[in-house]
Amino acid sequence: MMKEAKQPFVFYTRLHLQELTSRKARSLKELLENIREVSGSVIYHHTHSFLQRYQSLSPEPPNDFAYWVGEVLGEQKLAEELASIDTIQFSSIRALRNKLTQTIASHIRQMERTGQGQFRVASRQEQFHFVKSISFIFPTPYLAHDLLEFVEVLKKVTINSIYFHVFEAKLRLEKSVNDFSFWIDTNLDMPALAEKLARLDPYTYNLQGLRAKIIDSINNYIKENSK
Amino acid sequence: MKLADYEPIVGPNIIEELKSLARRLKGKLVRNINSTAVGGGVAEILMRLVPLLNELGLDVRWDVIKGEERFFSITKKFHNMLHGKKVKLLPNEIELFLKNGEDNLKNMDLSGDILFIHDPQPIVLVKKKQFQKKSKWLWRCHIDVTEPNEQIWSFLKTFIEQYDASVFSSPNFAQQLKIRQFLIAPSIDPLSDKNKDLSQNEIADVLNRLKIAADKPIITQVSRFDYLKDPLGVIDVYRLVKKYTDCQLILAGGTATDDPESALVLNKVTEKAQGDPDIHILALPPTSDIEINALQRASTVILQKSVREGFALTVTEALWKAKPVVASAVGGIPLQIKHEFSGLLSRTTEGTAYWVKQLLNSPDYAQNLGRVGKEHVRQNFLLTRHLREYLLLFLALYHHSDIVNI
Repeated sequence: MMKEAKQPFVFYTRLHLQELTSRKARSLKELLENIREVSGSVIYHHTHSFLQRYQSLSPEPPNDFAYWVGEVLGEQKLAEELASIDTIQFSSIRALRNKLTQTIASHIRQMERTGQGQFRVASRQEQFHFVKSISFIFPTPYLAHDLLEFVEVLKKVTINSIYFHVFEAKLRLEKSVNDFSFWIDTNLDMPALAEKLARLDPYTYNLQGLRAKIIDSINNYIKENSK
Repeated sequence: MKLADYEPIVGPNIIEELKSLARRLKGKLVRNINSTAVGGGVAEILMRLVPLLNELGLDVRWDVIKGEERFFSITKKFHNMLHGKKVKLLPNEIELFLKNGEDNLKNMDLSGDILFIHDPQPIVLVKKKQFQKKSKWLWRCHIDVTEPNEQIWSFLKTFIEQYDASVFSSPNFAQQLKIRQFLIAPSIDPLSDKNKDLSQNEIADVLNRLKIAADKPIITQVSRFDYLKDPLGVIDVYRLVKKYTDCQLILAGGTATDDPESALVLNKVTEKAQGDPDIHILALPPTSDIEINALQRASTVILQKSVREGFALTVTEALWKAKPVVASAVGGIPLQIKHEFSGLLSRTTEGTAYWVKQLLNSPDYAQNLGRVGKEHVRQNFLLTRHLREYLLLFLALYHHSDIVNI
């Protein structure tokens, strides 16, 4: 008999619309200046849109800044540094923005100090355009009253719903942990499973892979605890 | 087509999401207005989207402005100027354009919750907005305005900024405007003749009819005969590749009888290809969607060696057919192709030839790029995504924050 949750889990989803900002960058310095000034929704867009646009690609390219710096400006070292920023560690866009600016500023200082490298300017065709994400959040018809129902719904909901509860809730809505872990811990009293899901680094999976990993973890937990 | 027809392609939960969004707009009267009911990309997309939006429970209508030949020759000039052509707009042309706007304002029913105006021809209709306080007005620009002629842009801007919001197809087209600018990429319809699945027999029939033998790898570029698509450069690429790998080239495109430059380019291409039986130059009539579909599906590698592009839907079509694509990093192409993930980007003739050789010699790699490219299109550039973003756009008119709970 599955333990019933104190409150059912209501699956929400979110859909994005992109809004143009008219801001552009053709060089590292312009990129840095804009990253400092744009709204949090712009930073969010460029550090997360790859995940959504390339849902089945593995390993997915890390973020728009890293991709552009590497592919267009040819700054491979900086691209690697930007790609390896551990996004899961940040609980707010503000903190993530600080890390991005520190990384780029330090690279620029090093180039200026050593005289090594060359500040490249992208062609107009390949300049970086700053875009922001407008998120629309709404409930789906799906509810889960226990862990079995929860895992069944996870198989059915769109990837947008999983994305919302794992990424958006934590970073953009500044919750301390993803929604799945929070509910499993506080409503099902299963701290070990909650902890396991909280420890996942979702940025290292593509979205379908992430769905499979969460389902797998829950199924294993159910199997182990039904022995 | 019905929404249910798209379910096997995108999955039931995507259709469910559309229905859920549409419930929040139920009964809203959305009036689309453009300048033509047939022909051209705008009419084509409206023809597909309007019935689906109605099936979702919105009251979506589509009206067309009236105009005489002279009006349309002026708006054709607008179009070229928006592409950057350096010509002057004359006072009598402006006068005639404004007069047409006034005539249509008098004669058209402009009631509705959302007035969705497409491209510059009907742009003047926004004058009615001041008398309709509850209506929202949207201006959708389908044209490449990367570097518009300053005169035409300043003129149109006085109207654009009267709208509640604008929509562009690519980040490159973003402008300095006082109103919100949304980004909605075009899309392809996976069930249209140009994109639907074809059997091997259907593909073979088309090749037979066009006298192409599938006995060696096929490199194809589909695009109109225009210097901006660099068909002469495509022949250079083919010749560089042919030195090492036996292959054939197809250059397929529409014939534009009203465009003298198109005929000139076609002549130059034919001249350059002379004497090589492995170069197939196909000037196809506008009704050749099935033929284009079959040619893309029969190809080993697809090129889009453009010098300048709008969004490049020919690339979307090729990716949807799981073909490896080598394309120039211009216009909307980098939105569709991330280099070495969903296709290959190139900037020179030699570079393009290098990548084509790699693809011809590494079929597994080519197949993998094609697979990822197809999934990328499934998630981002099909009609259902376009439909979803139009619904979100309509909702955005009633909300102004970056995070909206609906």
